Parts: sequence; C-alpha cells; structure tokens
Amino acid sequence: MRLLEVENLRTSFFTPAGEVKAVDGVSFSLDHGKVLGIVGESGSGKSVTAYSILQILTQPGRIVGGSVRFRGKELVGAPESEIRAIRGNKISIIFQDPMTSLTPVYTIENQLVEAISLHTDRNKRQSRDRALEMLQLVGINDPEKRLKQYAHELSGGMRQRVMIAMALACEPDILIADEPTTALDVTIQAQILELMDRLQKQLGMAIIMITHDLGVIANLCDEVIVMYAGRAAERGIAREIFYNPKHEYTKGLLRSIPNIENDEKEQLVPISGTPVDLLNLPGGCAFAPRCDHAMKICLREHPREISVAQYHLSSCWRNVEEGIRTGMLETDETGEPIRIREAIPAEGGRTL
Amino acid sequence: MSAKFTGYLLRRFGMALLTIFLVIVITFATMHAIPASPFSSEKAKSDATIAALEAKYGFDKPLPVQFLNYIKGIARFDFGLSTAWVGSTVFGLIRNGFSYSAIIGLCAAVLALLLGLVLGSVSALNRGGIIDQVIQVITIALVSMPSFVLATLFLLFFGLRLKWFPTLGTQPGGLFLPILSLALYPMAYTTRLQRSSMLDVLGQDFIRTARAKGLHWYKVVFKHALKCALIPIVTYAGPMMANILVGSMVVENIFSVPGLGRLFVNSMLRTDYMIIMGITIFLAILIVLMNFLCDILYKVIDPRIQLS
Amino acid sequence: MIQPTTSDAGRPKNLLSLQIDLPDFTLATDEEKAQQIQTRPSVSFMKDAMRRLGRNKLAMLCLFVILLFALIAFITPYFYPYTYSKQDVTASYMRPFQYSQKEIARIENGQSVFPHIMGTDALGRDYAIRVIYGTRISLMVGIFSALIVIIIGILYGSISGYFGGRVDLIMMRIVDIIYALPDVLIVILLSVAIKDMVSMSKNALILRLGPGMISIFLVFGLLYWVGMARQVRGQVLSIKEQEYVLASRAIGAKASRIIRKHMIPNCVSVIIIVAAMQIPSAIFTESFLSFLGLGVSMPMPSLGSLAADARNGLVSYPYLLFFPATSIFLVVLSFNLLGNGLRDAFDPKLRS
Repeated sequence: MRLLEVENLRTSFFTPAGEVKAVDGVSFSLDHGKVLGIVGESGSGKSVTAYSILQILTQPGRIVGGSVRFRGKELVGAPESEIRAIRGNKISIIFQDPMTSLTPVYTIENQLVEAISLHTDRNKRQSRDRALEMLQLVGINDPEKRLKQYAHELSGGMRQRVMIAMALACEPDILIADEPTTALDVTIQAQILELMDRLQKQLGMAIIMITHDLGVIANLCDEVIVMYAGRAAERGIAREIFYNPKHEYTKGLLRSIPNIENDEKEQLVPISGTPVDLLNLPGGCAFAPRCDHAMKICLREHPREISVAQYHLSSCWRNVEEGIRTGMLETDETGEPIRIREAIPAEGGRTL
Repeated sequence: MSAKFTGYLLRRFGMALLTIFLVIVITFATMHAIPASPFSSEKAKSDATIAALEAKYGFDKPLPVQFLNYIKGIARFDFGLSTAWVGSTVFGLIRNGFSYSAIIGLCAAVLALLLGLVLGSVSALNRGGIIDQVIQVITIALVSMPSFVLATLFLLFFGLRLKWFPTLGTQPGGLFLPILSLALYPMAYTTRLQRSSMLDVLGQDFIRTARAKGLHWYKVVFKHALKCALIPIVTYAGPMMANILVGSMVVENIFSVPGLGRLFVNSMLRTDYMIIMGITIFLAILIVLMNFLCDILYKVIDPRIQLS
Repeated sequence: MIQPTTSDAGRPKNLLSLQIDLPDFTLATDEEKAQQIQTRPSVSFMKDAMRRLGRNKLAMLCLFVILLFALIAFITPYFYPYTYSKQDVTASYMRPFQYSQKEIARIENGQSVFPHIMGTDALGRDYAIRVIYGTRISLMVGIFSALIVIIIGILYGSISGYFGGRVDLIMMRIVDIIYALPDVLIVILLSVAIKDMVSMSKNALILRLGPGMISIFLVFGLLYWVGMARQVRGQVLSIKEQEYVLASRAIGAKASRIIRKHMIPNCVSVIIIVAAMQIPSAIFTESFLSFLGLGVSMPMPSLGSLAADARNGLVSYPYLLFFPATSIFLVVLSFNLLGNGLRDAFDPKLRS
C-alpha cells in the first residue's frame, strides 16, 4: 500500500468570472521516506494540489473530482472529523510566508502546545516540554525565551523554523512544504533547506516539496512533477527529469537556470510569452502558445500522458510525433499512444 | 507591565488631558462669544439687578480671570452655578441627569456591542448565505435611520399604539425603548464592522495554518479569528460611546427621561450657558477618557502594535 | 499499476496510421499560436472601476434614487402651487389628498385645486413642499460637507505627505489633536452659540442657512476633514516611493506638477470612498440638530425639524412623521449603498 495516492485530482475555484480549473487531473503517489518535488510557475496549481490533499481550500474553491488516498483510505468525501485527525497529525504542512502564517495575537508557546495537545495525550506540561524539544530540534536557540514571544518578535527564518517545529511535533508521515523558502533571504533559504534535509533523514517522514525553484528540487527530491496550468506536464524520477527532459516546458525551465559547470558561452534562454490565464485556457496543450515547437495538433488537442522512459511520464505531442517517426510508439488496442518502446512498463516497477 | 508600556500610558494620558483642555477652551470661548447676557432675556430686571447677578456669578471679572476660575473649579468638579435654576449647582444637575443617562448609555453600548459581535460573526461565517443577506439588509437599513426617527417610531408603535412599553422614561420599564432606539444604530454598525473584519481575518494565512493543524472550525473561529477580528471593534467602541451619549440627547427628550440630554435642551430654552458648558465639558471628558481606555485596550489585545 | 492519465476524448483514432507529414504534426505558425491566447483588454483603473460600478445594479439604482430626489427637490419649488411657509389655519392637519372646506368650495366653483399630496401640518402648510424643502436641505448639507472635506482634506493631506519629515510630523500632530476632539459635541455647542447670533443677524443668507447649517459647515471645515487628510497622506506617502515619481522628480518636475499629475489621480479611489462615507454622517448631523431646534431657522423646514414637530399629535397624524422619516431614510440609505458600491468598485484591495 502506498503512503499517499492522488488520482486524477481536480480542484476548481468558482469565481464570479467563471470556473477556474486550478488543478485539472493530477495523479501521483508517494512512498514512505521519499521526497517528491512539485515545480511550476505561479498559478500552475502546485499549492492548490497541496491544499486539496489536506482539504484546507478556501471559498470558492473545492475538489470537483478524483481521489486522494492516505494509507489506502479515501480522503475525498470523508467526514470532516476524519480529515481533522489527519491534518497536522499524519500530514502536516508549512507555508510560503512565515510572516503571516502564525496567529499574531498568541504566543509561540500557545500555538505549539495547541498543535501538540490536539493530537496527543500529552498534558499541558508534557506538551510544553515537547514544544521545547521541537524548538531545539529545528535549531532555535534559547527556546525558553522564544516560547514566550509573539510571531512578530521573531525573524522570518526563525518563524519558518517554528512552523516546521509545529508541523513535525506530532511526527507526521508526510510533510508538505509549500514554497517554504520563497519569502526568505537567500542565506536563510539554504539554512531552512538544510534543516529540512537533516530532519527528513533523522525522522524519516516523506516530504512533498512545492517550489518554483528547480535548484531546490535537484538537491532534495527523489521524484519530480512539473506542473503547468493545473496539469502535470511531466513527471518522473529526478534524474530523468533533469537529464532527459521530455516536455518542452521542462526543457525551457532547465535552459533558463544558470549552471556554473556549463560552458561560459552558453546563453540563458527565458521562456517567452506570459503565463496562462486560467480563466481563458487555450484549447489543446496549455503551453503550446509559448512553445517554439508547437505543432498544429498541440493547439487543438490536449496531449495524452505517455511513458517515455523508465519512471518517466510526459504529456507532449512531440513525444508522440517522435515515436511515430522512429516507429517506437506503442498504442493500445484503440490506437491510443501509451508508451515509447524500450521504456520499462510501469507495472511492478517504481512509478509515480 | 514594561517601562515602555508605562511610558505609552503616560504619553497617551497627557494627550487626553490636552484634548480636554482644548475642549474647555473651545467651549468657554464659544459661550463667551455670544453677545447676550444670560440674564438680559429675562424681563422685569433692572440694570442694577443684572449687574448684581453678574457679580454673583463672577461674570463681571475680566475673561482670563473667569477662565482661570472656571478651570480651577472643574478640577474640583465645580462647574459653577446654574443661572436658570437658581440655587442649583451645575454639577448637581449634571449628576442627577447623568444617573439616568449613564444607565441608558451603558445598557445601549453593551447591547450594541454584544449583538453586533454575534450577528457580525454569524454573518461572516455564513457569507453569501440567506442569514448573511438578511443581516446585511437589516443592518444597512438601521444605519440609514437616525436614532430620533427610530425613537419616535418606537414611541408611536410600541408605546402609544400597542402599549407594550411605557412611554415615559420615569415609569418602570420606561428605559427599555430609549435604550433600544439608541442601541440599534451602533449595533448595526458594529455588525457590519465585525462582519468585514471577520471576513478579512478569515482570509489570512494564519487561519489556514490553524485549519492545517487539524483544529475544529469553532476553535479556528473563536480562538484564532475572533481575537484578531475584535481589534477594529475596540477602536470603534470609543466613538460609539460618543455617538450613544450624544444621541441620548434627543432620545431622552422623546421619552421624557430626566437625563443629561433633557437637561441640555431645557438649558438651551432657558439660555443657561453655565449648564450648556458644563454638560459639553462633562461629556467631552467622558468621551476622551473612553477613547483613552479603548486605545489602551487595543494595545493590550494586539501585541504587534509598536508602542512608539 | 498507474496508467498514464487519460485526457480529452475526440482525438484521431488510429495514430499508427498517421504519417509524420500529416498536417497535424507540422509546426504551428505564430498567428495560430496567438489566436489561442485570449487576452483580456487592458483598461485604465478608472475605467475599470467605473465599469464595475456600472455593473453594480443596486448602486446604480441608488444613484438613480439620489438623482431623482435631487431633481424633485431642486425643480419642484419653481412650479409647485404651494410654498413652505404659507399658513392656513382653517386647513390644519389635513390627511393626504384631503381638501379643506375653502378648497372644496373652490372646486365646486369649478376652480382646479392642486391636492395636498402629503396633507398639511398643524398650521395648514402644504406638507409635501415642506418635505421637499427638507430633503433639499439634507442633500445640500451632504454634498457641500463632502466638498469641504474633500478640498481641505486633499490639500492638507497631500502637502503633509508630500513634504514629509518635520512638516509632516507637525501637521499630523495637529490632525491627531483634532481627531481626538468630540466633534458632535462641538457641532452642538457651536449651533447653540450661532443660534443666538443668527437671531440677531440681519444678513439674509445667514438667516436662511440657520445655525445648524452654518455650524455644520464650520465644523466640517474645522474638524471633519482630518479623516480624509489622514487617508490622502497615507496614499501620498506610498506613491511618493514609486519609481515613476522618482523619475518625474529626476527630470526636474515641480512639486505642484507631481502632486497634480501623480498624486491626485492615484488618490482618487481613497478620496471617493471617504467622501461617500462623509455624506450620510453630515445629513444625520444636520437632522439631529434640527430635531433639537438648532437647525435651519423657522419657517424653513428640515427633515429633522419636521420629524420633531410631528411628535405633536403623533397618534392622530402619524403621516406627519412617516413622510420626513421615509425621505431621510431613503436618501441616507441610497448614499450608504452607493458608498458601498463605490468602495467595492474603487478599492483595489478588495478586487479578487
């Protein structure tokens, strides 16, 4: 049984201007102790995917389809009380902006103890001891003093450490980190990532790391999902995504980050165009209008996700075209493309 | 209490005293700018009598001296003598009237705040729902209705037509209608304020954190959201008291409550400037002190405020 | 176990039969790509706000009601057959559309008599025209008070915010002090004083305005603008930091030009919102003073004094209360709802 299975998850925001399909059919699964990275630009649906797992969406957003299974148990449609028992206990989350993610009118102690006593049998004293222990674990000096302080009295990095301490206090199986370093200074970013890496190894929980920073993904993650306009453009093990990208968007992303080891003359190529307007999604592949290799079919039909290599799935018509050209494309009985031959079948192997 | 907080308290108190002083100056200057003597309107008085009266009240002295004496008096709760009700001190009359006005004002304020908080929160939590819409319609109607119109309507319907409540404030239960007509406007205002404040807070990141912890929604709302949402309400409480105290002036007249408002209107009719000054300054002191208390409370609730 | 996610139906069936030279797999042209992106036309903030306001049916209805009231209040007196001051003791306390005996006699003589739409008051004055005059006073008080607040508030706030530093410090200290004064009390006090002066005055305008109006305009000019000044100052302070203002200053633009060209257009939302909130409070204050007998001079009616007079004979003639009460209610309600609409339309923070 997988730790977490997300299947064809669809979440929409019903705004006065129309339905915004923030997440439109995302699937993945996560095993114990693994780190899954979700990358994509703003509005690609990364955070909404995370909030959908925990069902902490805000109005007017709601899950419209698909399933989320935690240890085989379906969460979509489950009673609120069951979800609550999982939130902060089995699956925890830390947010992008530690400045605003702690309640300003209560002390750190109050908020930490609240989280701990909610899911454990610890009494107030024991909860406080646990809070102290957690603050030490996340590398906060003088934890006794910090407990008595308010969020605004701490620095950004410190607040994010508190958030991590709070998220890990109940020893969750999964930690979702929603752009945990975006709002922080660069030096602090590195510290927080290092801390998360250390804690992951120490405590062995699985992590879903949501970020727009490919560098973060490369260092930490076992598997990667690249999202664009609410869908997974490409997903697979990190090595495949970085060294053998099979989607034009991923390729574009990789071309746009500097690399010291590369030839100095290499130019950074930005992805042209503007991010999609989710209210007016183009028909076909959402990335096509910005894609240099877009074909006529890309503008008309959404590409089907096919297996392009071992542990590597991609939704790009270019793969189909290449498969047809080289004769390596396999289809099912109705003629739908499924995989590029040579790619090891998903069955039994490690998949996402 | 830190030294910083004590410093803030002192500074804020100094500001309050300055404001009160300014009000006294403005009141004094305005009242003495009126050309007529409070005694000249009354007939059958010789010039000699008027002069004697002015000497008795100290009106014959130069203005700065009068002002100094007046300020000194106020420090001892001595607002001078009434010119219309001979033999009464202004403070004595104010004290009698205030015993009514205080009850009305306090009840109205408590009623307005409690109902407003509850209705505003309910409205915010049911955003867009039928309850929310009903509350929204009722409150926008109530904030568009002057309290004297409401009071007169209540007097007509509940007092004179249906006879559910007495129409005179001095009768038992007679304060109910004045309190209700005074409370409804601030209640509706508080409701609207609390609704928008609550919605604002509910949209913030820390609410998401609280939900992600696995807290029950009532804990999220009543512990995390409510305390933050209360902050704007506290800042409104001061002006609200002022609104109620001043609104009380007309409502007391409508329901014949022998409070400060009625005293004020009667003093106007009998051109007793001493009482008009006294009531203005007395109410101003109350309002300024109320604002002072609200400011302090505000700082206590919201730890983020820098005490600079 | 996990199949590639299925996507849209309706794609060509047997892909194996496709040839790479099929038109579907040829590169799309830029025009074709551009067609996919439906850009929403960019409109200026003012236009956008006006459009949003126009779409708010309730706000437009309120605007219509206000304009209708204004039209009636300012035009009717020119052709209405009755005046607000003409008394006829034989026609006192007539119900709406009731005729006095004199008038019945005239009708029997074949003369046409204009009906008393709202009846008459205790002194036999036509009530409809009195209510119309009262409404006119309310509207004038509301509009002129808002104008006073706008003019002084903008001047004070923009100067304070623009120059900043010590000027700002002193100017804002003054604002703080004025802000702390109990304004309604001072209005009442001034009205009391001015009432006595007015009664001795020979100036026609002053006599017409009455103590209530004069003291309201005075107090709005002296005290009520501070809220506006604070808001404008805050706005100016934040705009001042913007690059385009810096650029403007760098090419030597004068202070007056920067205030005119950059500050004021950017402050428009705040100004509109604050001014709209000011109008109901001014109308309330005037009616309150009139109710206390401190408003317009007799025999000029005001909605407040009409309501006060209606208390005599309240049980027998409740319509004397209903008409002015309904009028003030509708006017203030319309201004309140229009104010809400303006806030929704002009407050960019509320845009979602």
